[in-house]
Amino acid sequence: MALDTKGRIFDIQKFSVHDGPGIRTIVFLKGCVLRCRWCCNPESQEYKIQQMSKNGKIKTVGRDVTVEEVLNEVEKDRIYFRRSGGGITLSGGESMCQPDFAVALLEEAHARGINTAIETTACVPWETVARFLPHLDTVLMDIKHMDSLKHKEFTTQPNELILENVKKIAHSGVKLIVRVPVIPTFNDTEQEIEAIARYAVSIGVKEMHLLPYHPFGVDKYKGLNREYSLHHIKTPTDEHMQILLQSALNTGIKAQIGG
Amino acid sequence: MDQRLLTGIEKSPRIQKLIDHLYEKMPQIEADRAELMTESFIKTEAEPTIIRKAKAFSNILKNIPITIRPLELIVGSATQAPRSCQTFPEFSFDWLESEFDTLETRSADPFYISDQTKARLKKANAYWLGKTTSELATEYMAPEARLAIEHNFFTPGNYFYNGVGHVTVDYGKVLNKGLAGIRLEAENELKSCKVTDDNFAKKSRFLEAVIISLDAVIEYALRYSVLANDLANKESDPTRKAELLQIAQNCKNVPLNPATSFYEACQSFWFIQLLIQMESSGHSISPGRFDQYMYPFYKKDIESGKITLEQAQELVDCVWVKLNDLSKVRDLASAEGFAGYSMFQNLICGGQNSDGVDVTNDVSYMCLEASMHVLLPAPSLSVRIWNLTPHEFMIKAAEVTRTGIGLPAYYNDEVIIPSLVSRGLTIEDARDYNIIGCVEPQKSGKTDGWHDAAFFNMLRPLEMVFSQGVDKGVQVGPKTQDVSSMTTFDELFDAYKKQSDYMVSLMVNADNAIDFAHMERAPLPFLSSMIDDCIKRGKSVQEGGAVYNFTGPQGFGVANMADGLWAIKKLVFEQKKYTLNDFKEAVENNFGEDMDSAMAQKLTAKVVLELHKNGVNTDKENILNIYNKVSSNPCSAQKKAFYKQMLDDIIAQDKFGNDLHDIDAFAREVAYVYTRELEKFNNPRGGKFHAGLYPVSANVPLGAQTGATPDGRLAYTPIADGVSPAAGRDVSGPTAAANSVSRLDHFIASNGTLYNMKFHPTALKGRSGLESFVSLVRGYFDQKGSHMQFNVVSRETLIDAQKHPENYKSLVVRVAGYSALFTTLSRSLQNDIINRTEQGGF
Repeated sequence: MALDTKGRIFDIQKFSVHDGPGIRTIVFLKGCVLRCRWCCNPESQEYKIQQMSKNGKIKTVGRDVTVEEVLNEVEKDRIYFRRSGGGITLSGGESMCQPDFAVALLEEAHARGINTAIETTACVPWETVARFLPHLDTVLMDIKHMDSLKHKEFTTQPNELILENVKKIAHSGVKLIVRVPVIPTFNDTEQEIEAIARYAVSIGVKEMHLLPYHPFGVDKYKGLNREYSLHHIKTPTDEHMQILLQSALNTGIKAQIGG
Repeated sequence: MDQRLLTGIEKSPRIQKLIDHLYEKMPQIEADRAELMTESFIKTEAEPTIIRKAKAFSNILKNIPITIRPLELIVGSATQAPRSCQTFPEFSFDWLESEFDTLETRSADPFYISDQTKARLKKANAYWLGKTTSELATEYMAPEARLAIEHNFFTPGNYFYNGVGHVTVDYGKVLNKGLAGIRLEAENELKSCKVTDDNFAKKSRFLEAVIISLDAVIEYALRYSVLANDLANKESDPTRKAELLQIAQNCKNVPLNPATSFYEACQSFWFIQLLIQMESSGHSISPGRFDQYMYPFYKKDIESGKITLEQAQELVDCVWVKLNDLSKVRDLASAEGFAGYSMFQNLICGGQNSDGVDVTNDVSYMCLEASMHVLLPAPSLSVRIWNLTPHEFMIKAAEVTRTGIGLPAYYNDEVIIPSLVSRGLTIEDARDYNIIGCVEPQKSGKTDGWHDAAFFNMLRPLEMVFSQGVDKGVQVGPKTQDVSSMTTFDELFDAYKKQSDYMVSLMVNADNAIDFAHMERAPLPFLSSMIDDCIKRGKSVQEGGAVYNFTGPQGFGVANMADGLWAIKKLVFEQKKYTLNDFKEAVENNFGEDMDSAMAQKLTAKVVLELHKNGVNTDKENILNIYNKVSSNPCSAQKKAFYKQMLDDIIAQDKFGNDLHDIDAFAREVAYVYTRELEKFNNPRGGKFHAGLYPVSANVPLGAQTGATPDGRLAYTPIADGVSPAAGRDVSGPTAAANSVSRLDHFIASNGTLYNMKFHPTALKGRSGLESFVSLVRGYFDQKGSHMQFNVVSRETLIDAQKHPENYKSLVVRVAGYSALFTTLSRSLQNDIINRTEQGGF
C-alpha cells in the first residue's frame, strides 16, 4: 500500500447514487479489456491518453494521478458518505486492468474507514481479482450474456473467464450484485435475461440489476473519430423492461431496474 | 404515531373543488377597503394617528362586503372574487394609478380591474396625496440616498411603497386566551395608567386603539356567523346546511373566546391571519410554528374521539387553500422582483421547543401532507432540521420536495439558533424561532424584524470602482483611485470596500427614513396587540413596542463578486495576462457580445414607443432594424476576438461552487464586505441592522440594471441568486456546490441565507433516492449551511411549459424564498430558473 502509487484515470464523479450504497464518488480508471459495442464511455477503453472533441472543443481524456491525489478529492465528500453509508466506487474502463493502483487505492480508502465498491467485468486472471476482494465492501459485476459466442461478437471477448470469476466472487462471501446492461439485438429477450438470472441464482447471487441501454455516449464516438455500430437500436421501453424484470424475478432472485 | 401520517391521509374531494373555484378566473382589484379607509380618515382628521388607524380599521371591518365561498369549512375572505386584492392608498398609490391600464396585460402578476373600480379608487386615492408613508419617507431621506436609489444601487421599494409586514404574531395567545383575553390585558393596562405618567397621552390612546381594533375583529367574525346562518337557512342540501350551522357556531365563539376544538382553532387562526393583512399591505405575514400552537387542540380532539385523522387533515388542507385566497397588487418592478402573486406566508414545522427538546408532532406531518394535497404556492412551507429531527420526518419532507412544488425549504437549527443568540435573543427564544417570508429567522410574537428591508446589489459597487463612482455621467459614489494607477490587488479591493461601504451607509439612511415614516403615519394597533411588549410599553410595533427590533436588508451577488475579483486577482496581478484597463473596457463593452435578447426587445419597444409618440410610424422592417442596432455590439472584429479570448480565460479560472478551497475562502471574505459593515448601524426602533444574503427573485430584474461584470457575466443578465454559485458555474455536482456554499459564514448573515438547488426528478426516485437526498441536506447542514431549497423539475419540462403554458397551469417552481406557479412568472424569470444548474444523480 503506497500513497504515491500512480494510476491513470479519466474522471472523478461525485454524488453518484446508483452505483453502490448511499452517496458515492466514482473514480473512472482508463483502459479496458472489452470493447462493448454499446459502451457509453468509449474514451475509457484505450489505456493511452487521448484527445476527444466535445462541443467543438478538444479535450484531453486521461491523466496520471497518485492514490493520495485521488483520495484528497474523495475525502471532500466524506461527510455525505457518513450520512448516507456511501463511499468510493471504482469504475472504468476496467479498474482491474490497473491492479497495483486500484488495490492500493481501495486498501487505503478502507484503512481510512471509507466504504468501497467496484464496477467490474472481472475479465482478468483470478489471481488479480483475488487481490481486490479483501478491500471491497460491494462488487457490482456485469454478466452480459450466457452465450460465449454472442458475448464475443458484441464485446470482443468470450465469457468463460467472466463466468468462472463471478462464481468465485460469489463464493468468497463479499456482497455481490450482478448487473446486466440490457442491449436491444444483443440480450433483450426474456430467455436471455432469464438465463443470466438462473446462472446467478445457481452460484448463490442474491441481487441483480437490469440497466436499460441508453444512447448518451453516441456523440463521444464522433468526438473520437470512431464509428458507432448500434445506431439502429433504441432505449428499451418501460413496458419491455417490466417484462424482462419479471423473467428475472421468476428465478427467485431479487431484481430491479436501474442501479 | 399513526402510520397513516407517514404514508399520507387521503385527500378529501372537497379540497380540489375549493382549489378549482379559486383558480377559475384572473384575480381582480377591489375598491372597498380603500374607500372605507378614506371615508373614516376624512372624519377623524383632528385625532391622534393611532386612533384614526383603529377607527378606519373598524370602519373597514364593519362595512366591507363579506362572502362564504362554495363548500368552505374555514371562512373569511378579503375580497368578493377569489384570490383578489384590496388596495392600501395610505402607503402609496400613484404607481397604481399610472399602471391602471397595463395591470391586466403585464407579464408578471396581472390583475383584472374594471373601469368602475378605477374610478372609485381614483376618488379615494385623491385624499391621500401628500399623506402617504411613501411621501414622508422621501422627505426624510438624504438627497444622496435618493440619488443612489435612482441609480439602482439598492432598492428599498418594499417598505417604501407598502406596509412592512414581515412578522409572526403570537397566534397561540389568541387561540388560548381569545381576543377577549388580550382585550382584558389592554383594559387592565389602561386602568393602571395614571394621568400624570409621562407617556400617558400616547400610551392611553394606543391602548384605546388596541381595544377598538379588537372589537372590530370580534364584530367582523360575528358578521360571518350571521351570514353562515342565513346561508344555512336557504340551503337545501342537509350536509352543507349542517356545515354552515357549524361555521356560524365557530364564528360566534372565535376569535373572541379561547378555541374549544381543533376546528375552532383553525378558524380562529385564519381570522387573525386574514385581518392582519387587511390592516396593512405588508406581506410575509408568516403563520410560523402552526404545528406547535395547533397541536394541543388536535391532540385533545383526537384523543377524545371528537375528530378523525381524516377530518383533521381536511381542516388543515382547507387552511392551506385559504392562504392562497389572499393576493396583493404590486408595482411592475416589484411584481417582477416578487413574482408569482406570492404573499410569502411562511409556515414552519418540526424543530425543537424553547427547552431544546424535539417537538416534531402529528400536525407537523399533516402540514407536509397538506402541501402535497393542495400543490399550491402558499403557505411557503418550511421545515426545521436539527441533529435530533426524526429521520422519517425528513423522508416525508423529501417526498414533498419530490412533487416538484419547490416546498418545503429546509432550515438548520444548528446554525440559526446560535446565530440569533449572537444577536441578543435569549436561548429559549432563539430555540423557538420561525421563519418570516423567504428565509428570515425571528422569534414569533416578540419581534419587529424589518426583514427584507432593501435589496443591496453587491455588483454595483464594483462597477463604480472602474468608473470612479460615476454612473450615467453622475458622480454617485466616492471618487476612488483610478484603476489604471493601481498596482496591487489590495488597492482594488480597498476601492471596492469604499464604494460598498458608502452605498451601505446610504441604504441605512434610506431604511431609517422609511422606518420613521411608518412610525409616524402607519402605526398598527391590531397587529401590535399580538406582539410583546407593545401593550405593556403602550407603544405600537412601529414605534419600537416589540421586544426584539432589527432591520435586515439583503445583499446578493456574492458568487459573481467572488468569481470576478478572483479572475482579476489571477489574470491581472498574478499571471499579468491582462490589465485592469482591459477589464474596465471589457465590461464597458459587454465583452464584445450582443445584448441579451430580452433586454434588447425591451429597449427596442421603448424606442418604438418614443417614435410613435413623436408621430413616426414604424413597420416590421423598421422595428427589426432598430432591434439589430440596439442588440448588436459595435466593437471591431479585432476587439471582439480579444474579448472572446478574455472571456475564455476568465471562465477557465476557478469558480465558487466547485469545492475549491481557495476561492471559497475568498468568497467568504467578499461576503464580509457587506455583512460586517452593516452590523455597525442602528435603527430608530432601538434595534440593530444585520445582513441577509438572499435575493427573493430580484436577481433577475436587478441583474437587468447591471452591466457586465468581471466574472464574465454579460450585461443585463441575471445575478447569482442568494448564496448559490453563479448560474452554470458549479459543474462538479451537488455535493461540491453545497460544500462551497457552506464555506460562507452563515452565522453572521443572521437575517437568512438562501441556497437554491435544482434537481432532476430522477435524483429522488424511490426510497433510495429520498435517502440520498436527505443525506445531501444533512451533509450540507453538518457543515453549518443555514438553508436549502429545491426545484425538482426537468429542464425539458420547463421549456415545454414555456411553449405550452396551458398544459402546465399547476406547475409550481421554487423561485427564491417562495414558490410560484411557473406559468405566472415573467419570461426572463422563467429563463433564469431554466438556466440554474440542474443537479442530477449520476
